[in-house]
Amino acid sequence: MNPALLALEDGTVFEGRAFGAQTERSGEVVFNTSITGYQEIFSDPSYSGQIVVLTYPQIGNYGANEGDMESAKPYIEGLVVRDFSPIVSNWRSESPADQFLAGANVPIIDSIDTRKLVRHLRTRGVMRGVLSTISTNAAELVEKAKASPSMAGLDLATRVSTPESYRWTNPVEPVSPSERLGKLRPADYHVVAFDFGIKRNILRRLVTSGCHVTVVPASTSAEDVLALRPDGVFLSNGPGDPEPLQAQAAQVRQLIGETPIFGICLGHQVLGLALGGRTYKLKFGHRGGNHPVLNKRNGKVEITAQNHGFAVDPDSLADSAVEITHINLNDQTVEGLRHKSAPLFCVQYHPEAAPGPHDSLYLFDEFIDLMKEAKR
Amino acid sequence: MPKRTDLHRILIIGSGPIIIGQACEFDYSGTQACKALKDEGYEVILVNSNPATIMTDPNLADRTYVEPLSVEYLTEIIRKERPDALLSTVGGQTGLNLSVALAEAGVLDEYGVELIGAKIESIKKAEDRLLFKDAMRKIGLETPTSSLLTSLQGGYDFAAKVGFPLILRPSFTMGGSGGGIAYNSEDLEEILTRGLQLSPVHEVLAEESVLGWKEFELEVMRDLADNVIIVCSIENFDPMGVHTGDSITVAPVQTLTDREYQMMRDGALRCLREIGVDTGGSNVQFAINPDDGRMVVVEMNPRVSRSSALASKATGFPIAKIAAKLAVGYRLDEIPNDITRLTPACFEPTIDYVVAKIPRWQFEKFPGADPTLGTQMKSVGEVMSIGRNFKAALAKAIRSQETGKSATKVDPFDVELIPNKLITPTPDRLPYLFFAFEQGWTVAQVHELTKIDPWFLQQLFETVQLHDSLAKKSLATITPAEMRDAKRYGVADTTLARLWDEDPLRIRDRRKQMGIRAIFNRVDTCAAEFESFTPYLYSSYESECEADPSDRKKVMILGAGPNRIGQGIEFDYCCCHASFALQEFDHESIMVNCNPETVSTDYDTSDRLYFEPLTLEEVLNIYDTEKPDGVIVQFGGQTPLNLALPLKRAGVPIIGTAPENIDLAEDRKLFGKLLDDLKIPSPPNGTATTVEEACAVANVLGYPVLVRPSYVLGGRAMTIAYDEDTVRRYMREAVTFSQERPVLVDRFLEDAIEVDVDCLSDGDDVLICGIMEHIEEAGIHSGDSSCVLPPFGIGVAELKTIEEYSVKLARALNVIGLMNVQYAIKEGKVYVIEVNPRASRTVPFVAKATGVPIPKIAVGLMVGRKLKEFASLMQGKTSGVLSVPQFFVKSPVFPFNKFQGVDPVLGPEMRSTGEVMGVGENFGEAFAKAQLSAGSPLPAEGTVFISVSERHKNEAVDVAKRFAELGYSLAATRGTATALKNAGLACTTVFKVNEGRPNAVDLLKAGRLQLAIYTTTGVHSFGDEKALRRAAITYRVPCITTMSAARAAVQAAASRRRDPIRVWSLQEIHS
Repeated sequence: MNPALLALEDGTVFEGRAFGAQTERSGEVVFNTSITGYQEIFSDPSYSGQIVVLTYPQIGNYGANEGDMESAKPYIEGLVVRDFSPIVSNWRSESPADQFLAGANVPIIDSIDTRKLVRHLRTRGVMRGVLSTISTNAAELVEKAKASPSMAGLDLATRVSTPESYRWTNPVEPVSPSERLGKLRPADYHVVAFDFGIKRNILRRLVTSGCHVTVVPASTSAEDVLALRPDGVFLSNGPGDPEPLQAQAAQVRQLIGETPIFGICLGHQVLGLALGGRTYKLKFGHRGGNHPVLNKRNGKVEITAQNHGFAVDPDSLADSAVEITHINLNDQTVEGLRHKSAPLFCVQYHPEAAPGPHDSLYLFDEFIDLMKEAKR
Repeated sequence: MPKRTDLHRILIIGSGPIIIGQACEFDYSGTQACKALKDEGYEVILVNSNPATIMTDPNLADRTYVEPLSVEYLTEIIRKERPDALLSTVGGQTGLNLSVALAEAGVLDEYGVELIGAKIESIKKAEDRLLFKDAMRKIGLETPTSSLLTSLQGGYDFAAKVGFPLILRPSFTMGGSGGGIAYNSEDLEEILTRGLQLSPVHEVLAEESVLGWKEFELEVMRDLADNVIIVCSIENFDPMGVHTGDSITVAPVQTLTDREYQMMRDGALRCLREIGVDTGGSNVQFAINPDDGRMVVVEMNPRVSRSSALASKATGFPIAKIAAKLAVGYRLDEIPNDITRLTPACFEPTIDYVVAKIPRWQFEKFPGADPTLGTQMKSVGEVMSIGRNFKAALAKAIRSQETGKSATKVDPFDVELIPNKLITPTPDRLPYLFFAFEQGWTVAQVHELTKIDPWFLQQLFETVQLHDSLAKKSLATITPAEMRDAKRYGVADTTLARLWDEDPLRIRDRRKQMGIRAIFNRVDTCAAEFESFTPYLYSSYESECEADPSDRKKVMILGAGPNRIGQGIEFDYCCCHASFALQEFDHESIMVNCNPETVSTDYDTSDRLYFEPLTLEEVLNIYDTEKPDGVIVQFGGQTPLNLALPLKRAGVPIIGTAPENIDLAEDRKLFGKLLDDLKIPSPPNGTATTVEEACAVANVLGYPVLVRPSYVLGGRAMTIAYDEDTVRRYMREAVTFSQERPVLVDRFLEDAIEVDVDCLSDGDDVLICGIMEHIEEAGIHSGDSSCVLPPFGIGVAELKTIEEYSVKLARALNVIGLMNVQYAIKEGKVYVIEVNPRASRTVPFVAKATGVPIPKIAVGLMVGRKLKEFASLMQGKTSGVLSVPQFFVKSPVFPFNKFQGVDPVLGPEMRSTGEVMGVGENFGEAFAKAQLSAGSPLPAEGTVFISVSERHKNEAVDVAKRFAELGYSLAATRGTATALKNAGLACTTVFKVNEGRPNAVDLLKAGRLQLAIYTTTGVHSFGDEKALRRAAITYRVPCITTMSAARAAVQAAASRRRDPIRVWSLQEIHS
């Protein structure tokens, strides 16, 4: 087995074994605490520009399969794990997860002390790094890490967005004869979804809830969106810093009040900007499937899937026309907004899950309700 | 919602004695609940018949009743205490069943007691198989096709419909008692008949087999606001077909994708909501077809369980504590996470390690029992381990088991047996899996026979490969990288030592030179996302140690490891108290243990918790990191004692009695000399290291003799031999011995009274805490004998002698802390049978009977205080004997109903799993309560059947006469009947089994005998005696096998006639 190195911009270097692609990639090193769902993480475009550390130590056990793809390909820059499984065991598996990543030119480093790395990132904050499965020159890799672009100010959403608009009509498919997904609703609503790096499960959930979806590039203008005569507009998740997306925010601002809007993750942040707010970078972000979020409207707690490194500053919205509807109970950060008069709401977390708990699927129904009301 | 203020007094029902399927995990949950509710300002009234529990310590509740767990006694307690609410969910199946019974009897309504935790309707929906299936169908969850059977014919009809195999489970029994898998009509008849009998409602659920499917469990919590979280997911290594309590289990789930896992999570949430568990923890079990992912719900428990204890320890999330808080109205988001402090308990723990649990079985104690693992739980305990990978976790768990296997000798594996051992799950399956891979089997071949998931098998296969590659190296040639890999994947120094024929300590030194040493990671509920404020640690070979030891004065306590017969909760009680006491004496307490059921492995119990195997390697790792000022080895039973001398040799300071002196008591020659010097008599004895030597010694001593190995607890492999044949057979088959570990041979004192003494000593002063008179005569293991405080059949002179001998022994052995001595009194002469300068099984009983915190004082002595300083805690005494204000009887509880075909006769080998205590104003009352608590209540009326050997005839007449006076009818076998009739007693003559029909067994089965007194002839136990005893177990007729117990039974029967139902709390007794 070849050696691999992970070098951080602060000079810390981890040596492990190389899996996946023989290459070198740089990115922001972040950690995710989900126990299951690695394939969805790999293929979530929001991880573009990031080297992902999985805190669960045994990864690859159940292989990879087409049904669990969140986009057409893996988007992570590199993968850092404790123990990569040499065999897979699951009835849905189609290929081993390392082959799957190697095919997309993603390098993997295993056999490193991921807990130490996570503790390091937790106390120092996320930082840039280089993962190499071809070089053993640690000093050089550290320099490369320092020279790599910083996540703050980086517009990655436009880069991962679809170049052409397309239609999406696939619903969520059951994974077992025992999975009950409820009856597929007729596609009564046309939703136009801005693709900032959209996850397929959002699209599947929209279809299952009764929508047919037109996915449009991140750069689409408000005018062009409205020309599609949508019943509602969806703003997707996506990678990177929201601040550079001022142009998109400006377009979105024009849509407020014109049509029902639902935003998730980066889409939520873009809405925050459109509503006059600011965003800021979190020390080490929220990435995992166990974050408690309080829904202030009904007082209940949802266990949520999260993946974001930036957040909307609540103070910046103090005088705006939105109310904060959801709060993260771990650190009190903003998790959801709703406009006081216009048909608009958004959440920072991932109600579509994939991976993660399904506690917040009701939000898709709320979006349907908004559109239903607007249609009337 | 904040906590409820309309409730003030809350009743908690414990789970009673330790039995298979219901062990210390309910002491853990009950203790947590008591603490949580008291912290919230509620008055807690606790009832539990088990005196060995921490929860029954008087300071954990406001009122503590060690009383029988029956409706009539609980009614009396409710009448007296008037609680506002009853928390039904922390006392196991026993607590839940009693809550239902109290509600159905109208008691809760009559006294205005609200059921909190789970409501009656929810309990019924979850526990009643049919209601449960209906409920699941309603919410779209599948369950295996099934039918509720009330007759044998129903069983045949169902089998005709769905085919074999069928899974059979009696309703409302715990640990799957009486259940099984029927592969054919014969099995069906046997298991169904038994199950219908055992089920309190005489119903058995028959189910389509999902044998071989993947098995999972989710631990779920819900609050009144309908917030639901999954605390832990568990995947069973053993697929469906083996009871989860007998399965190796792993946390978290290893082989499911997120979609599949979330499907299960959604199912669990729907299940909890539909069943209506408003608050608290529940366990939902699922099976998944590995071929297509079809998922069925197997069962759910609307209460905390063995699995929730495991889940709490596996994640650091205290389920029972939180459940108690939810029950009084809190919401999950109002309760902080203890470990991270800054985040709430309303989240789902995520872990960055792998947890493995392996059950601990003891079939060797039950010759004739079928070791096949099925739907009825048979293990007596379990170990848990934590590792950064599955291989390390499993290896640590195997070490934690302390079966002594593989470390010292190659097991007699047989290649021919591999297929059978793989197909039929038994405790041997795990070792045989490794063996099969060693023999070149492939993962696919092994999977074919076992249906164990290939991912798990691959881990075992790779472990074997790793061992193979290590075997080709040596201590001289291994590289640091290879050594580190070996350690990361859990290879023990002792294993390397075996592979390389080296001393384990040399391997330790060498690898430490290489810089390869264990570090400790924290169990923090959050995979390091947040800072952990709780030092709950496990070892790994990672690169950053998070132990962060303090520079306070500190003492490490070595726990007792997995529950075993002879080494159970009593030792955990002592270890916990050691920890509490250290904190009081201003020392940091460091606990080391690997038993997930216990209070000692609650991170709340000690300042620091190391969840580690109790091996020399692992304990030294902790020592190297913590550098404690002292280590306590005398509280955890034999496990830490076995480590005492090696630890001391490695420079570890052992506090309390010197290990050499603890050892001396085991060394026949040295101990014999000590007794001679002190002029204390003991039964004539000798030692032997060969078969011939043993026979020679026995011949000199004269038969009968007691033969046993040295260094064991619980009378393991101990036997009474009446002739040389038995001695030869024993030496050949039953025991391993060596020059260092000879076999001990004692003259056996027949019909002697046996006495247990516990005392405290600081080296100068010696206080006798209790002189317990055994109710069974000598020859029955002390752990299997009922005993009573105060003694009532021992003369004043003899008591004086016992006191004098005990003081002499404690001083001679320079005991600092606790000492237990066993005496036998025969014809007025007192003999010392055994001395153990350490905590004994009876310490919690004596502590509860005297009201004196014995382990606490013992710890004080170990950290340098003197007995005189504690006089105020000890009835003002520092010498002499503590007094007891009432009669206290401790009675054993046996697992014979779990082991078909085992002769339930008592003997020198301990076989009880647990104990109960009865309190009374007279001996009869205390004994009657103890028997009721032990599950063999003496009948209020009916026929007493007596059949005794010749030498017991006179006594039997006395006993029979008294039973007759109390209004019981008499029946007896021919010889005994003649004796009774000659004494003028009316009595029916009954055939023995081999004499014709209807015989005693027939009558017993027909419900015509209510009590059996049946003594053996001494030399052998004959087939018909065994048949009678078995039938008595099955038909729940109390069966007494010694005359001393028969005499006690008469007194108890008299008490039942005479004394009202009355109860006393420990607080009242010792006020």
